[in-house]
Amino acid sequence: MDQDLKAELSKHGIFTTTFEEIYNWGRKNSVWPLTFGLACCAIEMIATTMARYDLARFGAEVFRASPRQADLIIVSGTVTKKMAPQVVRLYNQMPEPKYVIAMGACAISGGPFRDGYNVLRGIDRYIPVDVHIPGCPPRPEALIDAFMTLQKKISQQQLTGEGRPRHLHADLPSEFPVPEHAGHGLEPAENAEVWNPLRVIQG
Amino acid sequence: MSSGTMNAETIKAEIEAAVPGCHVELVLNGSSSAQHSLVIDNEHALQVARYLRDDSALRLDFCSNVTGVDWLDAEVSETVKTKKLVDGVEQEVSEVRKTRTPGRLEAVYHLFSMEKKHGPVILRLRTADRAGGTTVPSLTPVWRSAEFQEREAFDLYGIVFAGHPDLRRLLMWEGFVDHPMRKDYLPPEENEDGDGRDQR
Repeated sequence: MDQDLKAELSKHGIFTTTFEEIYNWGRKNSVWPLTFGLACCAIEMIATTMARYDLARFGAEVFRASPRQADLIIVSGTVTKKMAPQVVRLYNQMPEPKYVIAMGACAISGGPFRDGYNVLRGIDRYIPVDVHIPGCPPRPEALIDAFMTLQKKISQQQLTGEGRPRHLHADLPSEFPVPEHAGHGLEPAENAEVWNPLRVIQG
Repeated sequence: MSSGTMNAETIKAEIEAAVPGCHVELVLNGSSSAQHSLVIDNEHALQVARYLRDDSALRLDFCSNVTGVDWLDAEVSETVKTKKLVDGVEQEVSEVRKTRTPGRLEAVYHLFSMEKKHGPVILRLRTADRAGGTTVPSLTPVWRSAEFQEREAFDLYGIVFAGHPDLRRLLMWEGFVDHPMRKDYLPPEENEDGDGRDQR
């Protein structure tokens, strides 16, 4: 629809919209996160939901204690190799459309424990992450910013055509392989279909 | 006694008097904490533990901490000056003497008394080596609080506690091989980043 016409109509008290717009508007303002915390970042996540920072302003106050009712998993903290399969399993149990925020240095890369024997070097090795937040731990403002980034991403999703999101693609997976514990680490070490690290190409 | 460490030498003498045949070695801690510890031989460890807990003066009823220590094979070389006859003339010759200490594992216990408000008394149990003979007696039958911490030491250091009621890995998963807190443990190479960080 022509944007000028839309603006002109709104001056006369006529509100026009598209199905896509109102569908995305509804989705982005009712993202329910999973009650799920891993380490100290979870404390900041909890603080974000409390009165001072009040994540409820963005429609995300309903933390659901079941993955079946959640739209968003905030991976808040260090993912150990022992815990990683359970994180992937929780993500798999969430219904589409679903989103992931990797919160903090550990969740995005392993952080200060990266070279340890039992820390996963970023949850994006196994599940697709929508927003990464650096910080140790990130402040509540950073989590709110990540949340608003996610909202922007949702509102820009096109429901038809080639660029439509994963949950509207019948042939794209909504579940990802759960890694298994092997002798020293996880098997496989990453899911190549999900993990796209930035690489420095020298030449 | 309330000033922290109890007199380790007195306790050593008391143990040796109470448990005949027991060999106790005093390990001095030269730091300002002066927390000296007692190495108990494995054969009498359980008897010693029961004595420390039940003796009316000591009453060490609380085991607050159990941990492991990994000692690698060590070679200490010291230069010693000796007088020798060289061609009929006495000369001072310096020799380098090397002492080899074979590697071993240690389980360390910190004991306090809730009743008498004193402690800590620090016990060490030593394994024979780091490979085959890594068994020490479990003190869980004496102090129940040692149960999980002995499991942790078993998991991370590979110290086998004979007589432990439920000796399984605690932190690492079932099927994990090796013991990650050993000094010679290297995690498997994960060099998929291509940034050269992990080339060991």
